[in-house]
Amino acid sequence: MSLSLDNLDNMYIDVLREIGNIGAGNAATALAKIMNKKIDMDVPKAKIIEFKNISEVLGGAETPVIGIMLSVDGDLSGNIMFVLEQKAAKNLVYILMGQIGQAGAAEEFTEMELSALQEIGNILAGSYLSSLSTLTGLKIYPQVPALAIDMAGAILSVPAIEFGKTGDTVLYIETEFIEDDASVVGDFFLIPEVESYEILLKALGVIS
Amino acid sequence: MENVVKVGMADLNVTRDPGVLITLGLGSCVGISLYDSVKRIIGMAHIMLPSSEQAKNNQNRAKFADTAVDTLLDNMIKLGADRKRITAKLAGGAQMFSFSSSSDIIRVGERNILASRAKLISLNIPIIAEDVGGNYGRTIEFYSCDGRLVIKTIGHGVSQI
Repeated sequence: MSLSLDNLDNMYIDVLREIGNIGAGNAATALAKIMNKKIDMDVPKAKIIEFKNISEVLGGAETPVIGIMLSVDGDLSGNIMFVLEQKAAKNLVYILMGQIGQAGAAEEFTEMELSALQEIGNILAGSYLSSLSTLTGLKIYPQVPALAIDMAGAILSVPAIEFGKTGDTVLYIETEFIEDDASVVGDFFLIPEVESYEILLKALGVIS
Repeated sequence: MENVVKVGMADLNVTRDPGVLITLGLGSCVGISLYDSVKRIIGMAHIMLPSSEQAKNNQNRAKFADTAVDTLLDNMIKLGADRKRITAKLAGGAQMFSFSSSSDIIRVGERNILASRAKLISLNIPIIAEDVGGNYGRTIEFYSCDGRLVIKTIGHGVSQI
């Protein structure tokens, strides 16, 4: 059997959705602790799309987005990426720094804001990874994240290329965080390396 | 009216004059643009990976540098282009994230550039201009009237090759 998202059944998607759910729950709790505020989250949606539609994920290929990517090693090797629209990223920073209402005021990010975003990416990715680790019993270690701001198409080409090695679709998990009247939507891309697919699916009990 | 045709990720297209081929938000992928200056026929491929030979699933010919160039050439010749006149321009192949490690995922842009060049050279298609590498995304527009390739970026200006 050649493993690719194109021929995986719904069970795998359900499992990933569940990981997304637990991960986002952990992430929301982690964020709430840092900010000392109540953070809600919507039920994450696991989605599979074809390459040609990938840029529509975030409102067009040329939409400025923030990508926070970190590589993972241990029993699994691969990458995890958190992507959000520039406007949403501003919102997130304002929620974090307690300046709601000024969202969208300035286009550029300060060093401080970028650093905050990187830390948020770290926390969110860490939460997902620890859910995945708990669920599968696999050891997964995240590395230091890297951040990039550019067109959605360009940022998303990074996970797309990795998925492209095995198929023609990309899987991602859409997550929404809500704090009072401010909400932030971000997309998670879990990108296991080809050899890690089987390990992951076996650990999840999807294949034997 | 110019005929504006979009080229998606892992996609390719050709068009006659007057036409424009556009691909939005190239990152580590490479945009290969081919031109017959006499017939003014243009073709563009948005490739994601260097080689179809290493891939388990290689049915989508536009996804790989090697097979995309072959298909693009065939399609242009079908429209009436003369293979001997065809020239190439390359754009893209950026490294979007910088890590201390140099894993495969990081170097894929560079490998896409090298594979695209190698394929074109093997077919004796001259590469007359390039805007490749860097750490930023590019939107490219290829015009049939004069074969110019316009490159737009966020924060790195607009240029033309």
